[in-house]
Amino acid sequence: MNIPYTVEARPDTGLHNGKLGVWLFLASEVMLFGALFSTYILLRVGAPEWPHGELSVALGTVNTIILISSSVTMVMAWATLKLNQWSRHRVYLSLTFLLALVFLINKYFEYKEHLEAGQGPWHDTFFAIYFTLTGLHGLHILGGMIVMAYLLGPGAKLWRKNPDQFTNRIEITGLYWHFVDLVWIFLFPVLYLL
Amino acid sequence: MHSDPAEVHKSVRSYLIVFGALLVCTLLTVAANRLQFAVPLAITIALIIATVKGSMVAGVFMHLSHEKQAIYGALLLTLVFFIVLLFVPILTVMDRVRL
Repeated sequence: MNIPYTVEARPDTGLHNGKLGVWLFLASEVMLFGALFSTYILLRVGAPEWPHGELSVALGTVNTIILISSSVTMVMAWATLKLNQWSRHRVYLSLTFLLALVFLINKYFEYKEHLEAGQGPWHDTFFAIYFTLTGLHGLHILGGMIVMAYLLGPGAKLWRKNPDQFTNRIEITGLYWHFVDLVWIFLFPVLYLL
Repeated sequence: MHSDPAEVHKSVRSYLIVFGALLVCTLLTVAANRLQFAVPLAITIALIIATVKGSMVAGVFMHLSHEKQAIYGALLLTLVFFIVLLFVPILTVMDRVRL
C-alpha cells in the first residue's frame, strides 16, 4: 500500500504531508522553547542581579558561525538534489553532519570547563537556565544528526527508487535544521552577551 | 526531478548572500556587546539583530518568503500563543507588585 501525498501536494493544503507535518512539529517546538525563554525572562526580571561574562563569548561566536555554516550546507544539500548532483549532495550533507559534530564537541568542552569549576546547574539561577536551554538545544542537534546519519546511510537508497520523495525528506530535514539554527541565533545573545 | 536549473542557481546565489549577511550580523552583535551600552539598550540592539538574522533564516533558508497559505495560517496561530506565553511572566510580576 502506498502512503498518499509523500511526493505530490494535497489538493487542500497545496503541500505534501511530510512538509505540513514538520511545520506543525516546528510550531510545537516554538512553544517549547518559548516556554523556556519565558522562564528566562521571569528569572532574570526577578533576580536582584544577573551575572555577566560567565561564558566564553569567543566560543559562543565560533559555535554561532558553525551553525550558520551548517544551515548553508544543509540548504545546498537540498539544492544540489534539485540539480540532480548526487555526489555534491553527499558532500554537503556530510559537511552539515560534521559541523553539527564540531558544535557538540565545542559544547562538551564548554560544559566540562564549567562543571570542573563547580558551575553546574545547581550553582545559581543563571547556570540552571543556561544548562536547561543549551542542553535542550544540544539534544535537538543530536536528533538532527541521527536523521542526517540515516539519510547518509540506509536512507540514501530511496534516491534510486524515488528521487522526488528523497528530495522531500532532505527538504524537511533542512526545515528542522534551520529551526535549530534559528533557536541558537536567539540563545547566543541572550546567554552569552546580555 | 522537475526543477528549473536557472531558478535553483538563482536560489543558491541568494543563500550565499544571506550567509554573508548572517556572518556580518553575528560580528555586529559581538561588536555592539563590546561597546558596553546600558543594559536596556544592549538588549534592544542584540534582539533587533537576532530578529533580523532569524527572519533571513526563516525567509530564505526555510523558504517562508514564498510558502503556501496553510503554513502561514499555522505560524500565525503559533505567533499569537507565543506572544501570550512571553507575556505570562510580565503578568506574574504585576501580580507581585499588587501584593
